[in-house]
Amino acid sequence: MEQFFATLGIWLGAIFTFAIFSFLYKDNPFYKTAEQIFVGLSAGYWFVYTVFSILIPNLYDPLIQNFSVNWIKIIPAILGIMMLMRLIPKTEWISRFPISVVIGTTSGVFFLRYLKSDVLNQLTATMINPFVGGSWVMVVGKIMLIVGTISGVIYFYFSKKHTGALGVSAKIGIYFLMVSFGAAFGYTAMARISLLIGRLQFLLGDWLGIIQP
Amino acid sequence: MGKTKQLDRRWLFLLIFLGVALPLIFSIGLPLETTKNVQMVYDLVDSMPKGSKALISFDYDPASMPELHPMAKAVVKHCFDKEIDLIFTAMWPMGVKMADDIIDQLIEDYPDLEYGENYVNLGFKAGGMITIQSMGKNFREVFPKDMNGNSIDELPIMDGINNFSNIGFIFSLSAGAPGIKEWVQIAHDAYNRPTSGGCTGVSAPAMLPYINEQHQLTGLLAGLKAAAEYEVLIQTPGTATSGMDAQSIAHLIIIIFIAVGNINYWRNKRKEKKGGK
Repeated sequence: MEQFFATLGIWLGAIFTFAIFSFLYKDNPFYKTAEQIFVGLSAGYWFVYTVFSILIPNLYDPLIQNFSVNWIKIIPAILGIMMLMRLIPKTEWISRFPISVVIGTTSGVFFLRYLKSDVLNQLTATMINPFVGGSWVMVVGKIMLIVGTISGVIYFYFSKKHTGALGVSAKIGIYFLMVSFGAAFGYTAMARISLLIGRLQFLLGDWLGIIQP
Repeated sequence: MGKTKQLDRRWLFLLIFLGVALPLIFSIGLPLETTKNVQMVYDLVDSMPKGSKALISFDYDPASMPELHPMAKAVVKHCFDKEIDLIFTAMWPMGVKMADDIIDQLIEDYPDLEYGENYVNLGFKAGGMITIQSMGKNFREVFPKDMNGNSIDELPIMDGINNFSNIGFIFSLSAGAPGIKEWVQIAHDAYNRPTSGGCTGVSAPAMLPYINEQHQLTGLLAGLKAAAEYEVLIQTPGTATSGMDAQSIAHLIIIIFIAVGNINYWRNKRKEKKGGK
């Protein structure tokens, strides 16, 4: 029986892969069917997962098992119920309170973390002596890091017209930004091809058995 | 403006499809060089003494499996070879299943490894950065039980683990948020633990700045190529290595089409200029 369901799963996977790929030719009912089934399955799956993996172990179980220690969890539970009020137009305004709590706490926590990690530590990592240690390749790399950072920041300085020395620096900054966009595009192309490779490894290996899975 | 002749994009799809499928069937064996970021990850794992503990967080779902699963398998295998005890967590709900699948694939080769003693799957916890921050303060409060419902006080691997201080390094396999960024911000920047990770190619440019003089991130496995490099380093070719020929051919086709498209654009522009004059 287990073998039957494993084979059925592989065949369903292959059929749905072709149904989704068929969109590359043109929009068609097979693609639409696969898309709708995916959306429906995902919604159902996440609903069940949220209830059994988040709500029950984090809220229901602690309250039932040891209420005196975990009573404070009633507060987020009430906030959660208030959030659901937005489903009814008349009580929609109640959901603003839990949203404001979420925004307030999130920005408080994230502000400190991002300030340290993405501003202070990143800035410190740029404040280096490029000529100390390493090969000439590393020295050039460090110089480019410093020039790229400074010129990139100058490009985003809008309080003065980009003319003269400021204009030249901003222009250099644009070139660095272009290179980074190119690198990002390259990585994106690589990632998309990797996904295709994964699907074809499934089709050629698990489904057809032409290659070793 | 003159009408420019354009190729039906479906021809490009077909070419890419063939460019990926054929090298998967008929292997070419194009050379693969190890990059510095991958070597850094390898060196970090390799430098860990026998019996040390590492935390591997599976922060991805099936959508990113083709890229992240091979590197997860390679890194976990390397850790098992080095006899590093592994604590698996997941900041993404489906990460639990991803970790389980990797263990299932590898465990046959390591019959001596015991669940609860050499490795443990603590499961998923919602909350992202807040959860990681709480783990740094009190591990046991966040994960009082493993994914099977066993109390972590009964698991030998968790002896002495109250926060990040007894963990050798942290490795996040990340497809977005929460993922590497959050682990860097908390585990490294707040608790000063060596932090490394593997991510999808799309998110790599956002992670690379963390590999810096501050060592916020110790190396990075970015995309399938890095997974293949890691497989080569541990001398265990897998799905990533076998996919590299296909990746290279597909990139070549894309580069050729970009070049042809640009030449065509430039020629049309010149024609227009001449016509205008």
